[in-house]
Formats: sequence, structure tokens, C-alpha cells
Amino acid sequence: MSLGRFLHAMGFNRLFGRGWLVAGFVFLYMPMAALIVYSFNQSPLQAVWGGTSLRWYRDLARDRELITALWLSLRIAFYTGLSSVVLGILAAFTLVRYRRFLGRTVFSGMVNAPLVMPEVIIGLSLLLMLVTAQRWLGFPERGLLTIWMGHLLVGLAYATVVIQARLQELNKDLEEAATILGARPIQVFFLVTLPLIFNSLVSAFLLTFTLSLDDVVLSAFLSGPGATTLPLVIFSRARLGMRPDINAAATLIIGVVSAGVVAGSLIIARNERLRAAEIAAAQRA
Amino acid sequence: MSHRPLATSFFDRMHAHPLFRKHGRKAVIVVPYVWLLIFFLFPFFIILRMSLTDMEGVVIQPILQFKEGILSLAINVNHYLFILKDDLYGKTYLSSMRYAAITTFWCLFIGYPFSYFMARARPTAQPGLLMMVMLPFWTSFLLRVYAWKGLLTEGGWVCRLLVALHVDDLLVRLDLIPSQGLFMNTPFSLTIGMVYTYLPFMILPLYATLSKMDLRLLEAAADLGATPWVGFWKITVPLSKAGIIAGSMLVFIPCIGEYVIPELLGGPRTLMIGRVLWDEFFSNNDWPMAASVAVVVILLIIVPLAFFNKYQAEATEVRT
Repeated sequence: MSLGRFLHAMGFNRLFGRGWLVAGFVFLYMPMAALIVYSFNQSPLQAVWGGTSLRWYRDLARDRELITALWLSLRIAFYTGLSSVVLGILAAFTLVRYRRFLGRTVFSGMVNAPLVMPEVIIGLSLLLMLVTAQRWLGFPERGLLTIWMGHLLVGLAYATVVIQARLQELNKDLEEAATILGARPIQVFFLVTLPLIFNSLVSAFLLTFTLSLDDVVLSAFLSGPGATTLPLVIFSRARLGMRPDINAAATLIIGVVSAGVVAGSLIIARNERLRAAEIAAAQRA
Repeated sequence: MSHRPLATSFFDRMHAHPLFRKHGRKAVIVVPYVWLLIFFLFPFFIILRMSLTDMEGVVIQPILQFKEGILSLAINVNHYLFILKDDLYGKTYLSSMRYAAITTFWCLFIGYPFSYFMARARPTAQPGLLMMVMLPFWTSFLLRVYAWKGLLTEGGWVCRLLVALHVDDLLVRLDLIPSQGLFMNTPFSLTIGMVYTYLPFMILPLYATLSKMDLRLLEAAADLGATPWVGFWKITVPLSKAGIIAGSMLVFIPCIGEYVIPELLGGPRTLMIGRVLWDEFFSNNDWPMAASVAVVVILLIIVPLAFFNKYQAEATEVRT
């Protein structure tokens, strides 16, 4: 009996697998746990536990700079999410349905590249272009608009990947059936395709929204005077060292995002169940 | 449903419109295409142009000039010569590539078994596990990196754990940290921050390929006498090649230009090109120099990038 089979017989493999998964999740979640625990620390020093307190949350509520920045970030994130989904649908459709057109390789390259392109490069190049444009055209001023343009570039890439994946596994029979029954292409799109890919649109929106809410580098390059986003405020404070008020802000953000993601996926799961039931009912009828 | 007649008449009118009949299909392609050309491709020409000029104050010197009947072309390659001559740049580029490669290695080392065991877990447990991998990915990356600062400074959880396990002795001997118990602002803290941040990017594509694998192939191999170990190396690993390449590129390429993680966790001893670019731009206000540094970074990542694109395209083509 080889060593491998011996270990297998001892149940070692299963144990090892469980252990690896648990260790991996501990690694992934420990920093978040630390942020949450230390946000309730009375002492301003991270190393000292001075008893529990909510003082950092009270400080947060009075922090004008942070609240203004949060509001700006939320607006940019909303616009980014919405526009990424709209352009993402078009881009995903182009890539999945139109197999041949002039410059397809260039197009798919441009859609995918922002996924991996270092953000400092995207930020710098976009900024230099916008500065040039401003010199020639007198607009756009650096601020919300320019930050949104940068976020949309990255958001479009992520939204396209998510929507593309759904479009590819889509059952084409339903669309063909609609066409045979006399629906025009655009009707097929709005009345058949769009409802079928709706869940992927929701996840694409949530993903690009959170990406935008989280971005430091692009915002730093593209923001102007008076347009400071939440990550920029957090980053400039975090550079200086550990600050308990950031822990409190982090706990709130983690709480809201986790609740949002869990709620979102529950809704998506429910929609999928309903749709499956509807399809089953239709086939029985 | 009541909205259908209305919608139908709207669509009918839309289709009847000559503009739509001629160009409807093209519009779908053109809108994102033109957007990307303007906001993604065109800026790279601007960056290239900027790297070949100089600035006097806020005025960017023109490359092509027509003055008093003389057409002059002035291409300034001084910035590139400077990058070539000054070995700090060369060292920084090498160091960035090295950190990116080390990060990719550790992500693969941790991520492959992780995805493997995830894909072989009970089918009912898998959506939950996937969700648990995704969740940190959704919550602020900036805050999670910042959290490592607290974990690794003196008195932090990880710091105390590593000291108790005497891992710091080993790290000192490997020259990854300067002295015992001092983890922050070292190559070690930078690597751990990058591995931590990019691990989900490795796990997700790996899990996607591993969970689609046909397990009967392994049964067949076992019936033919292959040990589980041989089956793993001869069947599972080759079949997950797509995930390995996609995951590695998703980690390696952005790591080269990473700025936030070295700034928060790296300290002054670690050299990363993203920080050099940032300082040229924000501290020295030297835009042409920053542009030149960026062009060299693009040259470095262009091969892995082309590889990534080709692979992404192939992977999607196979599926349809």
C-alpha cells in the first residue's frame, strides 16, 4: 500500500482539506474581525485594550470632512454603477452575439485590459488626456465628472465580464421562439433577454458600485480641489498610522456592505427559484 | 400583461424610423467601442507624447512646430535616458517584478488547494463557501489593507502569534525583517498584504475551472491503476490550466504597479514602481518623467497583458 492510499484510508485527506479551507478563511477574515473588535476599544492605542466604548462612533457622527466625502463617494458610485451596467450590456452583447466585426480583437482587448491594468497607469493616462482636453475645449473641470469617467472605465470591464458570463449560458431558444412569434429584435431584447439576464445586471451594479466606493488611486489622480472622496480621506489618515475612528468607519462600511451583499444574493436566489417555477409551469401547460 | 401593447407600438415606431433600420445593430457596437477608444486607448498616445517632451512651468512643449517657415520636430528622449542611466529605476522595476512574482507564487500555493477543496466540498455547501470568498472582495480593500497595519504592529494579533511561534527568527534569517518582532514596513509585511489582497482573484477563476471538471475522468484513471497523486498531476492540474493562467495574470499584472499596499505596508525599504510614478507626479510635479515611467511599465506588462487577453478570448470562445 502506497503512502497516499494509506493516508487516504486514514481520512487524512478530508481532514487536510477541511483544515486548509478553515485556515484560508481565517486568513481572509481576520483583518476584518480586528477592525471590528478594535473599533470598540476605549484606548486610542491599538496595542492597549482600554475597555469597550462607543466614543469613536460618536466622533464619527461629528466628522464633517468624512460625511461630506461619503456623500460625494456615494453619488459617484451610483452613477458609476448605473452607467457601467448600461455600457456593459452593450459591450457584452457585442462580444457574445457579434462574432465578426472590424477590430474585434482590439475591442475585446480594450474591454478586458482595465481588469488587470495597474491603476496608477490608467489614472495618469486618463488625467493627462483630460488636462489636454481641458486646454483645447475648456472642459471638463476636475471633480465629480472626471472621477466618474475613471471609475466607469474600470466598472465597464467588470460589468462586461459579469453580464457576458450570463449571456453566454443563456438559452437561445426563448429568444428564437419570440422571433418566430413575430417579435422585432428590440422587442426580443427588452421583453425576453433583459428579464432573463436581470440578475446579472443587479450583481454587475453592486460590484461596480462597491468598486467605485472603494477606489483610491483613480480618484487621487482625477479629483480636483474640493472633490475629496471617502477613500481619499481614509487613505490620507491611514498613511499617518492607526486611528481608532477609521476602525469605527470600517466597521460601519463592512456592516452595510455585508448586509447589502447578503440581501442581494438572497433576492437573486429567490428570483431564480421563481423563474424556474414559472418555466416549469409554462412547460407543463 | 397590460404594458405589452404600448411597448409594442413604441417598438414598432422605433423600427419604422429609418435611422434605426439602417444603424440599430451598429449602434450596439459603436457606443462602447468609441467610448473605449476615447477614454482607454487615446490616453496612451497622450502619455507617450507627454513622455517625449518637457515642461516649462505649466506649459507643455510642442513636439511638432512650424515657425518662420521651419517645420521642426523635437523629440525629447532625456527622460528615457535618465531611466536607463540611473540604476534606482532599474532596481525598482526589477524589485516590482519580483514582488509581483512572489505574490503570484504564494497566491497559487494557498489558492490552488483552497479552490480544489472548495470544488470538492459537498455541492450544497459550495454556494455558501463561494459567497464567503466573495464577501471580503466586496468590502473595502483599502480598509482591509489598513487592518494589516494593526495586526502586524507590536501588540497586534498576528505579531504576537508569529513571535509566539518563533516565526520571526526564521524571517530574520531570510532577511525579510530587520529584527525579531518587527514586522511592519518590511518586505514581509508588503508581501503578506499583497497576497491577502489578491488571493480572491486567484481563487475565483481556479474554482470556476475546477468545479466544472468531469470527475469521471479521475475514476477512469483510478480504474486503470493510477494513484490519486498521479491522477491529480496528470488530469486535474492540466484541466485547470485555464484557471491557473487567468488567476496568475489577474494577480501578477496589477501587482507590478501596485501603489496603495506598498504605501501602507511597505515602508521606505521596499522599492515599488507604482510609488515612484506617484511621487514623480504628485511630489515632484514632473509630469513628463511620470509619463516616461508609465510607458516603461506598459512595455513591461504588454506581453503578460496580450497573453491574458488571448486567454480570456479563447476561454470565452470555447464555451459557446
